[in-house]
Amino acid sequence: MAETHVTGTSRVKRGMAEMLKGGVIMDVVNSEQAKIAEDSGAVAVMALERVPADIRAQGGVARMSDPDMIAEIQATVSIPVMAKARIGHFVEAQILQAIGVDYIDESEVLTPADYTHHIDKWNFTVPFVCGATNLGEALRRINEGAAMIRSKGEAGTGDVSNATTHMRSISDEIRKLTSMREDELYVAAKDLQAPYDLVKEVAQTGKLPVVLFTAGGIATPADAAMMMQLGADGVFVGSGIFKSGDPAKRAAAIVKSVTFYNDPKVIAEQSRGLGEAMVGINVADIPVPHRLAERGW
Amino acid sequence: MIVGVLALQGDVREHISALSDCGVGALEVRTLSELESVQALVIPGGESTTISKLARAFDLFDGIQQRIKAGMPVFGSCAGLILLADRVLDAIVGQESFGGLNVTARRNAFGRQVDSFESDIEFKGITGPKFRAIFIRAPWIEECSEGVEVLAQIDNHPVAVRSGNLLATSFHPELTRDNRIHRYFVETICNNALRVGV
Repeated sequence: MAETHVTGTSRVKRGMAEMLKGGVIMDVVNSEQAKIAEDSGAVAVMALERVPADIRAQGGVARMSDPDMIAEIQATVSIPVMAKARIGHFVEAQILQAIGVDYIDESEVLTPADYTHHIDKWNFTVPFVCGATNLGEALRRINEGAAMIRSKGEAGTGDVSNATTHMRSISDEIRKLTSMREDELYVAAKDLQAPYDLVKEVAQTGKLPVVLFTAGGIATPADAAMMMQLGADGVFVGSGIFKSGDPAKRAAAIVKSVTFYNDPKVIAEQSRGLGEAMVGINVADIPVPHRLAERGW
Repeated sequence: MIVGVLALQGDVREHISALSDCGVGALEVRTLSELESVQALVIPGGESTTISKLARAFDLFDGIQQRIKAGMPVFGSCAGLILLADRVLDAIVGQESFGGLNVTARRNAFGRQVDSFESDIEFKGITGPKFRAIFIRAPWIEECSEGVEVLAQIDNHPVAVRSGNLLATSFHPELTRDNRIHRYFVETICNNALRVGV
């Protein structure tokens, strides 16, 4: 190989997320589900032992998945395979890198391993995606090396309202920055609790420096298309697909509605005859200490 | 001249912006009528299995295939290369390509994302310094038939080829600010095709 050959650069990590744009990343718990996801047109799968709805129902500590289970999914599909590490658990991340996952999600859906620090993601060759509820949180994660951001929503609920709040909040804060005078950006950085250089970059470009997906509570083609219309580059669907009546059909319908998110006729067509959606829980009915979106700092 | 970018999934925006920088009109293509309004097409990076399925589901597949046969200039990067290849290795069962490029491509040939890399390469047909090429879970060309010109290679694997009006790269010129390869497509391939009236 040439001397100029380098792996793990920012462009390679962020570029991988650029390739996922306009696509749907699906949570899967075994190779059968992974195959269904790939056949439905998913751009990647997230391998995990329990979907968020089950983590929520069963309780207990939620950890990184068994490497055997991830390996089985890697052997089954040709699309990228992502996996989750606990917030701050850099050894889980080392393991996931060692077994060759394509992206690590440092995720609030699992039980945090560190209530102060997130993983130093610059130390890894594998890229990371992290959740955020607002712009400051997104920029703190990018500062730690995240190559992709997803708005958090409230995982495992089938209630899209928090995803909406987080997407709106991130884009509102970006719009505010773009209208500020340059000398106002210092205080903006302080208020956002985010590094000044990143704040300035966002003010100049009007967008995050990395791809922004949405997650948490998306259950229907309409939910997915709404997130795209609100400015998401793509969507993660967790429990929404495999906790529904007809996963293959719903998965394909969500994929098509993300591509044609601005065409209500297509979305209407894709919304027909999907069978039961996941039952869901209203976020408002979940006591505050059990809300996953509040994990991460 | 209007160059379309197949906008079913992938890094469409980056190609649109690179084409605009080359001074041509660039249009997102999701429907047959949009396809009819363009003189050339770019197939972006993305997930080849997803793009292929969506093209089939929304009746674009045959239309694109016919335009390729009729000589429309097409540039495919990464997933785009796979979709232009006549034969694909490590594909999923039933994975379809538009074809037209008489080569055998291998998906994810360089490995998983941890093996993704950037590197300086020589690209035949452009002038100036070496091209900084970004390879992301990239394919390579395993076998090239006669009439296919190799424009760049890494470790003896072709990573950029041209055959008639078709151009394909394993890497992503659209992710750099270096537009020399897009310019090569527009100025050498598209303009030439327009002159002879494709």
